[in-house]
Amino acid sequence: MSFSIASPAVEMRHITKRFGPVIANDSVDFTLERQEIHALLGENGAGKTTLMRILYGLYHADDGEIRIKGEPVTIHSPKDAIARGIGMVTQHFALAAPLSVTENVILGYTEGFRLGLPDARLRVAEAAQRFGILVDPEALVKDLSVGQRQRVEILKALYRNADVLILDEPTAVLTPQEVEQLFEGLRRLQAQGLSVVFISHKLHEVMDITDRVTVLRGGRVVGVVPTAHTTQSELARMMVGRPTYGVSKPDAARREDVLLRLENVCAEDNQGLPALKNVSLNVHAGEILGLAGVSGNGQRELAQVLEGVRSCTGGRVIANGHDITNAGPDKVMAAGVGRIPEDRHESVVAEMTVAQNMALEHLDEFVRNGMLDKRRIREHAEALIEAYQIKARPDDIIRTLSGGNMQKVILARVLERNPAVLVVAQPTRGLDVGATEYVRQKLLEQRQRGAAILLISEDLDEILELSDRIAVIYEGEIMGVVSPDVDIEHLGLLMSGVHQT
Amino acid sequence: MDQAVWLTFLVGVLAATLRVATPLVWASIGEVYTERAGILNLGIEGTMFLGAFVGFAVAARASDAGFGGYLWLGLLAAMAAGVLMALLMGLLSVTLGVNQHVSGLGVTLLGIALSLFGFRLVFGESSVLPSVEPFGQFSIFGDLPIVGQVFKQYLLTYIAFLILVPVAWWVLYRSSFGLNVRAVGENPEAADAAGVDVYRTRYAALAIGGALMAVGGAFLSLAQLGAFSPGIIAGRGWVCIALVIFARWDPVRATLGALLFGAVFALQLRLQTLGFDLPFEAFLALPYLVTILALAIAGRNAPYPGAYLKPYRRE
Repeated sequence: MSFSIASPAVEMRHITKRFGPVIANDSVDFTLERQEIHALLGENGAGKTTLMRILYGLYHADDGEIRIKGEPVTIHSPKDAIARGIGMVTQHFALAAPLSVTENVILGYTEGFRLGLPDARLRVAEAAQRFGILVDPEALVKDLSVGQRQRVEILKALYRNADVLILDEPTAVLTPQEVEQLFEGLRRLQAQGLSVVFISHKLHEVMDITDRVTVLRGGRVVGVVPTAHTTQSELARMMVGRPTYGVSKPDAARREDVLLRLENVCAEDNQGLPALKNVSLNVHAGEILGLAGVSGNGQRELAQVLEGVRSCTGGRVIANGHDITNAGPDKVMAAGVGRIPEDRHESVVAEMTVAQNMALEHLDEFVRNGMLDKRRIREHAEALIEAYQIKARPDDIIRTLSGGNMQKVILARVLERNPAVLVVAQPTRGLDVGATEYVRQKLLEQRQRGAAILLISEDLDEILELSDRIAVIYEGEIMGVVSPDVDIEHLGLLMSGVHQT
Repeated sequence: MDQAVWLTFLVGVLAATLRVATPLVWASIGEVYTERAGILNLGIEGTMFLGAFVGFAVAARASDAGFGGYLWLGLLAAMAAGVLMALLMGLLSVTLGVNQHVSGLGVTLLGIALSLFGFRLVFGESSVLPSVEPFGQFSIFGDLPIVGQVFKQYLLTYIAFLILVPVAWWVLYRSSFGLNVRAVGENPEAADAAGVDVYRTRYAALAIGGALMAVGGAFLSLAQLGAFSPGIIAGRGWVCIALVIFARWDPVRATLGALLFGAVFALQLRLQTLGFDLPFEAFLALPYLVTILALAIAGRNAPYPGAYLKPYRRE
């Protein structure tokens, strides 16, 4: 059929996918033209990833049809998708860390029983060269940086002759420089004939790299627009369903007194390797100090040290005038430190109620005659639910709450005590736009109140928006402390370990 | 002691080392394959047990029927029994996703009970322990002094060290199947996304492992003893579990571990006869103590396969 030459790379028609009562994709239409970079834009839970997992054979649609280059297909598994020229790079890289780059690339794509590793290495090196991907075929994946691992993933797809590449939030883990390299690479591959689906919720990146945008909201397509004919604010409106305002940062509230002081703090990670190397930081009252860095550079360990759940191997931590070096969580809280940990599922007891979780950190205050005072726990919860606009009842099991409401519970529990110091890690990760704005607004209120806030986040936009000063961490070392109007290039260099000159 | 006595002692220890290590090599390489695919098969003890019993029972009956290849038939039957036990383990841990500790211990209990029950059924309660003429020993060095005596071994010992170990290594690291096994045990999501069938690969690794474990058990009944008794395996399966961790899931290191255990075992047998004033149980415990010690030293920070103990489900 001569007209099939011009048919789109991928057409998905009326795709519907349900998970129990939840409709993740509701009759979604999606068309990817050849040699196009096409954004799938939407909030968390809008159904972007679900739609692409269907295309890649990881989920099966309840309804709808898929055409690839005009031909109707049924995709049962990734193997089918790969055979049709579709490759996918997921958010959590699908790589086996102890294996070499070559082994990861040829996995599942081998002929015969013999691997023939020397030949395979040559073929992988040749493919890497052809696609302009810099990576050593003999390196072990566990020794590679996150950006390099992503390149291995892309190489893996291209090695299987993919002409459609799905990238799921590819920039979430990259430094600004690595994002730029990724985009350059994608443009070059596009010129070589590749079509790309770019899943994202970052508007400026969508504007920067894509040709067209399909916006999803609540599992439905809200619109399809050529990128050249739209603006960030229009896309934001489509994505959220209402205009977004962002948060407005009031003028500086910083005072001279230092409420959180870290002096040469050293700590080890779970493997016993040094994770923090002589970290010294001062956070003033009424200040948000942002800690920027690529994931896995010691942020988690630093947060844990300050939360009282990881020991230091050296140095001192002074909070609100108390030495809390190697103090347990109870001492840390008693010193006036409020903690919003990175994984909210670990900072609540999932099977207990909202009211119980709200009382949990200070149970001694809810005791009458040696027994828990259930009525006070309940009244306490009702007051917080009202004050923090939490969509939940005191007796709801906390596991059943949305991410945003769960985070509000934790926020309420911590903020009601007016902590002098706040240690906040990834406070908006996985939250929708509304909840994100709410959390950021609350943090800024605390700053106005005079709290010293250490904001640890891998979301650079968040750091830039909220911080009064930004400290950059790389491999457990503070590379420098800069102002939030810093040149983004410079910030990126610090994040990739280049020292301030 | 004079030189001649020392030499006899040394030759005896070395020969016994290889002999004692043989069933451990078979079974621990079987366990290496299983664990590399992400499954801790605690059914190993019961699988070895059943292998020893089925191998012996089939061989004994075939021998009674006058079939000349009765030992090989027994070995084949043992392997088949091992595969069946592995498939049961697969049903529980791969298909149903049951906790691997529990399902493995269940498989072991089943294997031991089936063997003892089967032994009653097949052989009744005779006062004479039934036996078969076992595999013989030979030396590839003929009647040469010393080496000829050290290497006077069973065919299954030769196969274990000269064929099984290198082939197991090659398949694991140089074949596409081995790559699939390692990937599936390390990151099944990645393997799945790359088009590898996680379930099939895990079942295949289990089946190979089960067959090898059963050979390890059958070696004892068909070569070393020519008989079956309830104490035949005596915790060798558990030793293999430790050896595999000690070996960091590598077939060659597992073999070295088996040799270490074999050497201590052979040594303690001879130490018992030297007349130290210690209960013999103390000597018997020695190889197990050494295993624990070796594990405690070499097994610290062992790089467990990433998907160890985790059943795989697509989200």
